[in-house]
Amino acid sequence: MTHPLVQAMADMKEEEALKIVEELLAQGEDPKKILDLSSEAMQVVGERYQEGTYFLPELIMSGEMLRKTGEILKPLLASQTDETKKLGTVVLGTVRGDIHDIGKDIVGFMLEVNGFEVIDLGIDQPEAAFVEAVKNKTPQVLALSGFLSVAFDSMKSTIEEVEKAGLRTGELKIIIGGGQMDDTVRKYTGADAYGDDAMAAVAFAKEAVGVK
Amino acid sequence: MAEQVWSQLSPEEKSERRWASFLEPGLEFASPEAGSEYRARAARLKKAMLLEGEADRVPVCALAGYYPGTRKGLTPYQVTQDYALAAEAWHEANHYLQADSMLAPVFAAIPGRAFEILDVKILSWPGHGVPKESGFQYNEKEWMLAEEYDLLIDDPTDFLLHVYLPRVAGGMEGFSRLASPLDMVEIVGGPPWMMRWADPAVQASIEKLTAAGRECQAWGGAMYPLLGRLVAEGFPGPFQFMSLAPFDFIGDTLRGTRGVLMDMFRQPAVLLEACDRIVPLVVKWVTRTANPQSPPLVFMPLHKGADGFMSVEQFQKFYWPSLLKVINGLVADGFVPYLFAEGAYGTRLETIAESPVGRAVWHFDHTDMQRAKEVLGGISCIQGNVPLPLLQLGAVDEVKTYCRDLIDTVAPGGGFILDVGAVVDEAKDENMRAMVEVAKEYGAY
Repeated sequence: MTHPLVQAMADMKEEEALKIVEELLAQGEDPKKILDLSSEAMQVVGERYQEGTYFLPELIMSGEMLRKTGEILKPLLASQTDETKKLGTVVLGTVRGDIHDIGKDIVGFMLEVNGFEVIDLGIDQPEAAFVEAVKNKTPQVLALSGFLSVAFDSMKSTIEEVEKAGLRTGELKIIIGGGQMDDTVRKYTGADAYGDDAMAAVAFAKEAVGVK
Repeated sequence: MAEQVWSQLSPEEKSERRWASFLEPGLEFASPEAGSEYRARAARLKKAMLLEGEADRVPVCALAGYYPGTRKGLTPYQVTQDYALAAEAWHEANHYLQADSMLAPVFAAIPGRAFEILDVKILSWPGHGVPKESGFQYNEKEWMLAEEYDLLIDDPTDFLLHVYLPRVAGGMEGFSRLASPLDMVEIVGGPPWMMRWADPAVQASIEKLTAAGRECQAWGGAMYPLLGRLVAEGFPGPFQFMSLAPFDFIGDTLRGTRGVLMDMFRQPAVLLEACDRIVPLVVKWVTRTANPQSPPLVFMPLHKGADGFMSVEQFQKFYWPSLLKVINGLVADGFVPYLFAEGAYGTRLETIAESPVGRAVWHFDHTDMQRAKEVLGGISCIQGNVPLPLLQLGAVDEVKTYCRDLIDTVAPGGGFILDVGAVVDEAKDENMRAMVEVAKEYGAY
């Protein structure tokens, strides 16, 4: 049976969810267990998004509920290390000259609920920032986001810089995504794939790490 | 007198007057050829937009952002700083492209220094917050707080002037010291109300706003004559006004995407009330400054209602009802709302088919045009959807093939205008020309 907290969060019942969190804590429940329930709820949200019953509003709202729950729980958690085994690592960011973040955030959210560790560099990130992150974090996937046509060139030069640094090995797959991305842009930038939506990014990342 | 007569006209009569002025703008054309070119273009657009059947050929337009500048090697920064340079570039691009409507600079070549002077925070513009090579972009934030809906609903102007503007522009901070002019209707309220205007912070804001206004005059001095010149040279300039979907009015720069989407769960009734409150405001935004000669099209960029942004049910509850009211309000004054549906609108087509017949234009980007034609045929003119990446990175042959296929699919019967999918910032000249040429050569009815 679904835990009431999972149900409340997955059904966008924010007040109810936070009330349950407080009640569980008052009953002496392990904060780690509550955090796990929250993650379980996010999984359900992710599934509903993938099925096409949930959209951006639910993802934003879920992220907000998760943030609030985290704020309550984090001070109570003995160790913040997350022992869950990750499927792989994705370095994600919006490229130079572009400050759009919503598409990127949705991709990050969906990758996380699908078991990836996501290193989100933020918006308007120069080529060097991506190179640095790929070098230090050795991700399986580099995901470049951009909404505007100015992003085409930034994506291309970012991928070139990653190549020049000798980091584009068989282990690294690169995907681009955002408003105008299509196969024409993919070819131009030299990416391995482009994504129309967050599901495409998840499918691509899973394939990159060899998971069905 | 004239106004009284106008108010007594029916929406149909108003529409006829506006279109008559559009077809015959009452200025001296640069040459007889320019005059006949203008009239042919305007008639072609009218026929397509009002669903009056097939014109001589498929009309072709180009919704341009920075393209007229970038094609000359000018960065967005340069065209937002040097207004004369921008005007010259836009003038040249119109003559180069020879599309059926004007490529106007107002979508891109904004007066950068005016925004600089006012320290505007809701926007990043070339060289300020974004690189000189990037166009302007919005800074998403909850500029209106979740608990401020009541202020907005109660008195939008008071809220915008005394709370919102001081927050979103450093140069207007002083206006937070001002109060609504209610005091001035009685003599005893006057002195304390007037005193506020002598506050040094208010004075500083007035100085900033004056300086920004002067900068905009300099900008207008370069841009407005260009618009008149281009009309005289044969290019119909369709947009003089813009408006917004109420949900976007609130979501774009008041609550931000995250804020407005969370309000859908946290305070849905208040959000809907605010959307309804905004309806007459965004209609009057246009009608209040219009005159009977004002051109009929009203540019309405739609943002947060696209596929993926919300479910169909949410669209039908939160986005569409107030937008439809705005559309109908504008149509009642003889206008034709030009709905620029960025992103995809595939799942919205059945809903937007409630648009008033032959009185709205839908400009699509990624929407499947065949399905759009199937659903909206006989209801709305559709415009678009040549992909930006194709124009920027593709080859001439690919562009031509795409445009021919599009014409084959959706042009029969009229009600279609060939255009780019979304605002063009960068494109190969030869690709833009290829799009125009296909309409002229292949698009004959």
